[in-house]
Amino acid sequence: MMFAQVRVGFGRWWSPVVRDGLGIGVATGTYGLSFGALSVAAGLSVAQSSALSLLMFTGASQFAFVGVLAAGGGPVAAVATATLLGGRNGLYGLQLSRTLGLRGWRRRLGAHVVIDESAAMAVRQADPDTARTAFWATGLAVFACWNTATLLGALGARALADPAALGLDVVGPAAFLALLVPRLRAAGQPRVWAAALAAGATALLATPFVPAGVPVLAAAVPAVALALAPTRPRRTAGAGADAAGGEAGGVEPADVAPGGADAAGGNRGGSADVGPEGTDAAGRDRVGSECGR
Amino acid sequence: MIWAAILGGALTCYLAKLAGLSVPARVLRNERVQRAAAMLPIALLCALVLTQTFSTKGTLVLDVRGLVVGAALVAILLRAPFLAVVALAAVVAAAARLALG
Repeated sequence: MMFAQVRVGFGRWWSPVVRDGLGIGVATGTYGLSFGALSVAAGLSVAQSSALSLLMFTGASQFAFVGVLAAGGGPVAAVATATLLGGRNGLYGLQLSRTLGLRGWRRRLGAHVVIDESAAMAVRQADPDTARTAFWATGLAVFACWNTATLLGALGARALADPAALGLDVVGPAAFLALLVPRLRAAGQPRVWAAALAAGATALLATPFVPAGVPVLAAAVPAVALALAPTRPRRTAGAGADAAGGEAGGVEPADVAPGGADAAGGNRGGSADVGPEGTDAAGRDRVGSECGR
Repeated sequence: MIWAAILGGALTCYLAKLAGLSVPARVLRNERVQRAAAMLPIALLCALVLTQTFSTKGTLVLDVRGLVVGAALVAILLRAPFLAVVALAAVVAAAARLALG
């Protein structure tokens, strides 16, 4: 009996989803290196950079936070931008809560690792047990790798006498672009493109007139307006598909589509490349490359 | 001040995650809310790219960053890995500065 239990436990923790979770963790390490280096180049200390990765632990928000400060924006604008970008994690939580069934301290702990990668890996599993394993394995692996890499990147950048000599000070927008393009590609929706363009134009037009950091916040207004605009009547029948597509724009949503948890098979079709066995190399790269977090 | 912002931002981001796990799903199971949550990150990233590339302290400018981001875009469209994109951007920036003095 005991052996059987041990074997069950062992098997569960060396299952393909655990292996995939570890792989994704390693892949996100490359972003962590970049984040640590950019953060120090932007003027934050090594401790501050690491604190962001430990405590905020959601990549796109961290990049944005550092970017707003580097551009001369105030702390309030930095926090607001990071919060708006981090809001999507709340959506993941909604999709995951019933599957994970976390209560009490487990929920408070688990919430910290609700990010792009853990949500994407959990939602695409066929049964709740595997989903829970995938969630924790991916979340914890990414947490470990992301924080280790941040520290290494920050220490590396600090070792440079002058980060500007290496061009590190202007790499920020290139990093954002690398986070943005895969999402636009995945979305493939006119509405999402329109929102991105309207947001970009608004931010640029507002730049001369408002304090640093505010243009990016102003960009949220047309984006939300476009998101809330009613779907055209002829599309009504396909409203569900429309919503799913919109999300695909977002994050991993093709896989994390909110319908995903209930309408399992249906939405998962959209994510195609990754089966429940999970994550061939391509799938892993894809998740990694979207690690906006 | 930066420390306060770090703690504040960490708190709001954590609360967003926790709220998702705690709120009854039907409350936010609304197509438009979901669409907004999905589109916001894309829109904000686009705004960040453009303002950080073409503005300095409240003025619109065209400088070496335009070149850097252009090079990065090509690498991204060729599906280069993230770290390669960032490294290329740093190299292009350093080279352009050397060349342009």
